[in-house]
Amino acid sequence: MEQQPEQNVTERQRTEPVVQQQERQEDQTAPEARVFETKNVSLWYSAFRAVTDVSLSVHENEITAFIGPSGCGKTTVLRTLNRMNDLVVGARVEGDVWYRGESLYAKDVSAIAVRRRIGMVFQKPNPFPKSIYDNVAYGPRINGIHNRGKLEEIVERSLRQAALWDEVKNRLKASALGLSGGQAQRLCIARTLAVEPDVVLMDEPCSALDPIATAAIEDLMHEIKSRYTIVIVTHNMQQATRVSDRTAFFSVLRDEKSDTRTGVLVEYGRTEQIFQDPQDSRTKAYVTGRMG
Amino acid sequence: MAVTAEPKVDLREPASWRRTKNRIVTALMYFALVLVIVPLGFVLFTVISKGASIISGQFLTAAIPPQVLPGGIGGMGPAVVGTLEITGLATLMAVPLGVLGAVYLNEYGGRNLLARLIGFFSDVMTGVPSIVMGLFIYAIWVVHFGFSGLAGAFALACLMLPVVIRSSDEMLKLVPNALREGSYALGATRARVTLTVVLPTAIGGIVSGALLAVARAAGETAPLLFTILTVTATNTNVFSGANTSLPSQIFSNAILPYSGAQSRAWGAALTLIAIAFILMIVARVITARFTRLGR
Ligand SMILES: Nc1ncnc2c1ncn2[C@@H]1O[C@H](COP(=O)(O)OP(=O)(O)OP(=O)(O)O)[C@@H](O)[C@H]1O
Ligand SMILES: [Mg+2]
Repeated sequence: MEQQPEQNVTERQRTEPVVQQQERQEDQTAPEARVFETKNVSLWYSAFRAVTDVSLSVHENEITAFIGPSGCGKTTVLRTLNRMNDLVVGARVEGDVWYRGESLYAKDVSAIAVRRRIGMVFQKPNPFPKSIYDNVAYGPRINGIHNRGKLEEIVERSLRQAALWDEVKNRLKASALGLSGGQAQRLCIARTLAVEPDVVLMDEPCSALDPIATAAIEDLMHEIKSRYTIVIVTHNMQQATRVSDRTAFFSVLRDEKSDTRTGVLVEYGRTEQIFQDPQDSRTKAYVTGRMG
Repeated sequence: MAVTAEPKVDLREPASWRRTKNRIVTALMYFALVLVIVPLGFVLFTVISKGASIISGQFLTAAIPPQVLPGGIGGMGPAVVGTLEITGLATLMAVPLGVLGAVYLNEYGGRNLLARLIGFFSDVMTGVPSIVMGLFIYAIWVVHFGFSGLAGAFALACLMLPVVIRSSDEMLKLVPNALREGSYALGATRARVTLTVVLPTAIGGIVSGALLAVARAAGETAPLLFTILTVTATNTNVFSGANTSLPSQIFSNAILPYSGAQSRAWGAALTLIAIAFILMIVARVITARFTRLGR
């Protein structure tokens, strides 16, 4: 977070008129502004190629949305970005993934170190069977923070950021399993924010939430964008248009001969362009609701 | 509402073959329940009615009289001490090893050859008759170092080990993968995931599985036959010298023709059941304690 002042400047600039903002975005292609860069990435689950040939770049302090029909590999691609697929027996990555200029899958890269910088919120809420407090304090404790006052401060700040503080402040010591589905998901978001990662990967974080909580999470994303880089998977097109700067549209390529289905990245660009001026007919069909 | 009005929809279940089947299966279930409860109740009733009058503080501590003496009940002190020593030592050997083994199988081994071999052999070990375990320890230990509580503990530990591995393994399998991933995603190492998420989630089940294995082992006679020699004197040194235990004393006293010895056997039987019962309650309490936050 040493770069914070500088990033705050960026945030201020974003509020300037649209034309100027767009100009700036276009020349933001400097390599150091790219948090992730993937080149021809394919992911195999044993002998099954789930996605193929994904090349995209994720930019700093932006929200990148992945959209596409169910089963097209959005989750799979998201999980290659913080090496979660290492945990799946038989999963194999081909191609190159760079994170801030470093090859993520290089031999001497530790998946543990990667995940400390790149946090993830899962499609299904997965609170630990511990107290609400211990759930949020879990990550900081891993990073060696044991000071009580410091932990309490982190817990409160994270829960506030995730719009959950008011609902749970009086029962921090109660089991997290007593929370409703939406509260549990916000707890998982707080848990991820507590370690102040560099990047937050969110896999359909709002699929279990009501519109109010969804709005709260979207506000949160806007708010933390100046400090984090966010990649979000969503099935909700309005959400993608509301929150994201760039959108990647994935689809399924069916091979008639061998009857296999492989996910492909169809189109990637600025969100306005993907939704208003899609270049690919499949994107057009999907975003206008005629497919998927 | 008019009483004679025809109901608009008929929500009653139609009389049908499904209903008859339901009745038959329900009746069969109750029958099976009785089939299980009656022998259990009978055993408990017999042991309690014959043993309750014998058990006392004195019985639990007094010496076992020489077996040729017809009169007098005496006590089971040496056997109580022996059983606690031997089972305790066996627990110390088998439970940590078994839990660690299960952790290896589930969290570390994955599908590698070693893990599959360990899983396979532990299953094979479950099927080994307990007397064979006793003979095995006799051949590799007792022949060289003589009878001792330690040898008996080895035999019991060999019996408990596969049971502890299997039951812990099942409990660890029940821990949802999503929890592990949640922890990994925060940058946890595998050891930390195991210690702070997997084991705490499964600990209730692991403890009750382990205590069930302990209760079983406490009641084993056959593996002790060739390993502790079953004497009548108290031996507080579990590591050397012949020892004794409740189940072996039940066996040797029950076959004697004297009523005193037989009463002693009943008393010992009830003591053993009481120990198992206490372990069961402890298991429940611990399970409830550990899962308080989990449920
Ligand atoms: N652990 C796994 N092992 C084998 N195949 C998998 C695994 N996880 C996902 N797949 C397969 O990979 C493909 C892509 O799955 P993925 O979960 O990435 O889809 P998705 O785009 O996230 O879908 P949804 O929108 O429904 O969440 C699917 O065909 C799926 O069956
Ligand atoms: Mg998904």
